[in-house]
Amino acid sequence: MAGSTKGWLALGLVLGVLVTMVGVSTWAGPVRPAEVRVGIVTFLSGAAAAPFGIPARNAAEVIISELNAGRVPAPYNTPGIGGVPIRPVIIDEAGGAEKQVAEFRRLVLDERVDLVIGYISSADCLAVAPVAEELRALLVMFDCGTNQIFEERSYRYVFRTHGHQILDNVGAARYILRIRPQVATIAGINQNYAWGQDSWNTFRESMRKLKPEVRVLAEQFPRLFAGEYSAELSALLAARPDVIHTSFWGGDLESFLIQGLPRRIYERSTLVLTTGDTVLPRLGQQIPPGVVIGARGPHGALAPNVPLNRWFREVYTNRFNVRPVYPSYHMSQALFGVKHAYEKALAANRGTWPTKEQVAAALRGATFDTPSGTIRMALGNGHQAVEGVAYGITSRFNTATKEMELTQVFHFPAECVNPPEGMKSEEWIARGFPGARCP
Amino acid sequence: MNQLLIIAVDGLVFASWLFLVSVGLSLIYGVLRILNIAHGSLFAVGAYAGASLVVAYSAAGLWPPGALGVLLVGALAAGLVAGPLIERGIVRWTYGREPVMQLLVTFSVFLILEDLTKLVWGVSPYYAYQPYQLLGQVRIGGIDYPAYSFLVLLVAALVGAGLWWFVRRTRFGRVVVAVIHDPEISVAMGVNLSRVYVTTFALGSVLAALGGAFTAPMISVVPGIGVEVIVLAFAVVVVGGLGSLEGAAVGALLIGLVRAAAVHLLPVLELFTIYLVMAAVLLVRPLGLFGRVEARRI
Repeated sequence: MAGSTKGWLALGLVLGVLVTMVGVSTWAGPVRPAEVRVGIVTFLSGAAAAPFGIPARNAAEVIISELNAGRVPAPYNTPGIGGVPIRPVIIDEAGGAEKQVAEFRRLVLDERVDLVIGYISSADCLAVAPVAEELRALLVMFDCGTNQIFEERSYRYVFRTHGHQILDNVGAARYILRIRPQVATIAGINQNYAWGQDSWNTFRESMRKLKPEVRVLAEQFPRLFAGEYSAELSALLAARPDVIHTSFWGGDLESFLIQGLPRRIYERSTLVLTTGDTVLPRLGQQIPPGVVIGARGPHGALAPNVPLNRWFREVYTNRFNVRPVYPSYHMSQALFGVKHAYEKALAANRGTWPTKEQVAAALRGATFDTPSGTIRMALGNGHQAVEGVAYGITSRFNTATKEMELTQVFHFPAECVNPPEGMKSEEWIARGFPGARCP
Repeated sequence: MNQLLIIAVDGLVFASWLFLVSVGLSLIYGVLRILNIAHGSLFAVGAYAGASLVVAYSAAGLWPPGALGVLLVGALAAGLVAGPLIERGIVRWTYGREPVMQLLVTFSVFLILEDLTKLVWGVSPYYAYQPYQLLGQVRIGGIDYPAYSFLVLLVAALVGAGLWWFVRRTRFGRVVVAVIHDPEISVAMGVNLSRVYVTTFALGSVLAALGGAFTAPMISVVPGIGVEVIVLAFAVVVVGGLGSLEGAAVGALLIGLVRAAAVHLLPVLELFTIYLVMAAVLLVRPLGLFGRVEARRI
């Protein structure tokens, strides 16, 4: 009996040691999961769905399925993330910032996603970022434009893998002065909310710094989703500025262009559309020659001719019968940034699955390839990407692509259109772009 | 002087569009005493119906001016199908109930129609710009206006005149006026109240859809356009006096002119002009410009 008791005790001791060892090995790092669950938040309904949300979701779907199948060109030619398949959990961004904060909590706490890639609206980014920090959940913002996020405070778990609105509008000003150096007067028509006002202020102040004698003739701020711009067009036509800047997007941009055509606004002024790439495939010949088109970075019609971009355009177009536009490119930047960071952390961890802190450390200050070229996480202590920006001007209608072709395309590198680390955008512009290196 | 002329033309163009999109709301309130929130989505249904018919018509390569007739057909079809269905199917059960309940019911109809339009037409935009560019330009004060804007002005004037004639000069119109003043006595005199209600609701729906159909060529027809319109239409009929057709016309004109002046002279105020006009009018006349005080029945 005594011998048997000793035997049980010995067995218990061995078992105890084994359990402790397993426990210790678990604590050393998370076990390799069966899947990487990625929350994806983008507009699936409302006015921002068709121009931005759906092209972004489409990009996520096609890239994730190609990544899981291991069909993406190098350096992303290994399946999934470190061999683990990616499982998207896609939710609608509609409903306002408060709802998105609740949805973010639900994604992290109930759906148990490993990270969230999301947000087109700047208001949603501003609201969700502190919550991500509080929950210690990885958040990669993929499309929102406000420059406030990393200029106002610093984050540990929050990243943005594309440039903010400063580059769109500094780039637009530099481009205009390059193709129309004689420009003397400007005007703007922008939606009356943060995005429209910030975009116009950045463009106007950049123009004033780059060419102080430029005069502002009109500043129109119709309400968001107004759709009817007859009086605003009259005011712009009567003012006769050399250049009209607009950061309109979606249905508002399309309605403005449709209403501007019979009013010959294009004959009097050069229009600058900072989000123009999204309407090129939609409006075809409704956009006349001589309109300046931006894509919030080197995306869409202005993307570089690199293998990743050729692959992306092909798989996207084959699946959705339309080419990707800039929100699709922004989504690709987020997904490739995440894959790059995970695999970098995995390698540094010698094959052990990384913690989110290790993934965050790997993404901080990273440099990675995307269909839009190489992205550097250079601002906001390595959490905010910088990228270059490209602009072109419409020339003639291409019957094969059913789009207006772009000519006089100029690419401004990241160090030309982004403030240096540690300096706020407004200050950078006000001080005359110190440190900017432009070709 | 030139600027004043441009402000007047812009104001008139915007006012005619405002009248077209809001008069149906006022008509339905005038007769049924229901604030029809679904008016916004009936506008959207009209815009989608008009746009999709114009797209099909233009793709078929038919006689281009016929596209204008197609817009009219789209509006009539949308309004005449949706109007009676909504009134007979849902709204009539709310007659005599609390106004809050009626408001909630028409709001739910609005939400249902918003989703139905997405189900039928999808979320991708529709472009029906052919009629907009068909009629050429008119040069006023040195700048070009699309002649289409003046066609909308003409349609709005015809709708206004037609409604006035209908209410004041036809037998059915007089019955409608009698119902507005006293539904109970009208029934006692042999008026078929249901018929008056369903006809008025259908007419109001056709007017909402007409506003949508004639707006479609100017815009990118996308989900959500109905929300914007119901806010504007509500402001117009409140300024004019709920239920008054003359009020809708004068309210639209007032808001149109003030907004055009703001766009040209003080653009920062543009966003608030509609609400400024509304607040100013309601301060002086709480029931709107043409609103009448009603005796409460006990």
